Amino acid sequence: MRLLTHNMLSSNIRGVVNGFPLKIEAVKVVEKSVDMNTDFLKNMFEKIEWKAFVEASVSMGYTELPEEADSSLLDSDEFLSRFHHALLELHLEEGVLVCPETGRRFPVSKGIPNMLLHEDEEQ
Amino acid sequence: MKPGPCKRIGLARQKKKKRKKIGILFAATPLVSLGFRVFAMASRPERVAPPEIFYDDTEARKYTSSSRIIDIQASLSERALELLALPEDGVPKLLLDIGCGSGLSGETLSEEGHHWIGLDISPSMLNIAVEREVEGDLLLSDMGQGLGLRPGIIDGAISISAVQWLCNADRSSHNPRLRLKAFFTSLYRCLANGAKAVFQVYPENDDQRELILSAAMHAGFAGGIVVDFPHSSKKRKEFIVLACGQQSMGASLSKGKTEDEMGLSDGREDQTVRFSDRHRPLKKQRKNDKSGKGKDWILRKKEQMRRRGNDVPLDTKYTGRKRKGRF
Repeated sequence: MRLLTHNMLSSNIRGVVNGFPLKIEAVKVVEKSVDMNTDFLKNMFEKIEWKAFVEASVSMGYTELPEEADSSLLDSDEFLSRFHHALLELHLEEGVLVCPETGRRFPVSKGIPNMLLHEDEEQ
Repeated sequence: MKPGPCKRIGLARQKKKKRKKIGILFAATPLVSLGFRVFAMASRPERVAPPEIFYDDTEARKYTSSSRIIDIQASLSERALELLALPEDGVPKLLLDIGCGSGLSGETLSEEGHHWIGLDISPSMLNIAVEREVEGDLLLSDMGQGLGLRPGIIDGAISISAVQWLCNADRSSHNPRLRLKAFFTSLYRCLANGAKAVFQVYPENDDQRELILSAAMHAGFAGGIVVDFPHSSKKRKEFIVLACGQQSMGASLSKGKTEDEMGLSDGREDQTVRFSDRHRPLKKQRKNDKSGKGKDWILRKKEQMRRRGNDVPLDTKYTGRKRKGRF
């Protein structure tokens, strides 16, 4: 799972008001390089919750993102390549996602988070 | 003792025995259960077992190694993407593939350069997707529990042959109406303004179609059904095209494909209905005085049975002989 997806995911348990962001407990992180597309990055930048994104990348062991970011940074190539790397090239292969409100743990194995809910957690 | 009838009875008995043998085989070998699966698949997997159980390791592998299914899935997802009518600005989009399975449909999205998040309830299918190294991210998730995604972030959603599963109640806690509602409301929430969702579905009947559509409308979607090849029972494909936000659907809902567009129809349809001449006397049926299928046919059949290893009586001068008239 890439951080792109992590930044979109929220916990869906019944009664949870704010299930975002899920905390990452990384066990294994892999890197796969992909081509950079500046247009896509600029498009995604508006949708990304930056604070959660930085926290997630730190918990994956990547610390080169700035704490604060605004759209003026998008002209900098260096920033774009870091953003690209964190967003699309880091994969959480094994680990756990933790719901911020209930502490429910969603295991991640082979890069696939198991988001299935138990019957008593369904909406 | 008359040989004829006696032989007949003997044959019948043999057949019975054989049937019994086969019956036992049925119960014992797993091969046969596979055969049953193939049959079931050809009709409707929804009726066999819940998706996470039906698409087990063997079924998932079979699904993904069949070139026929791969072709169908690819063409369906191409068409779904076409109906999604994403703005053609060359910017890759973030799409959702609901019921992505082994990622066959996602591959089409990747080819177009889009990023996608796929979700499916069958771990076996997702494992195959991992093996195939699909480019999208995968989630093990049940769409009937609602999508756990942030609001307003997805640029479009497709789903190939998956939504009809929601109409099933596979567990005592399942209520199709509630599951459809959870699915559509959460989908509506996570789609960006003006984004579309295209679902290729196989509804079993009108009621199911109505159920799905009304759930979508209740969630706030506008849209309708696009039917490709409406006159062909085999090629007929239904796409539910939904839009959220203020976009007017009237102009953007595309027309279904027909055979004519594909240049396959040669106007044969006009020829199918013809007046028949009522006054012409019925043709006399020529009586076939050749009864039975002949000695050659019997010998061929017996040879065939022998090759299969069955117990077959020897060929004698009595085999397939002509009966006396009195018989």
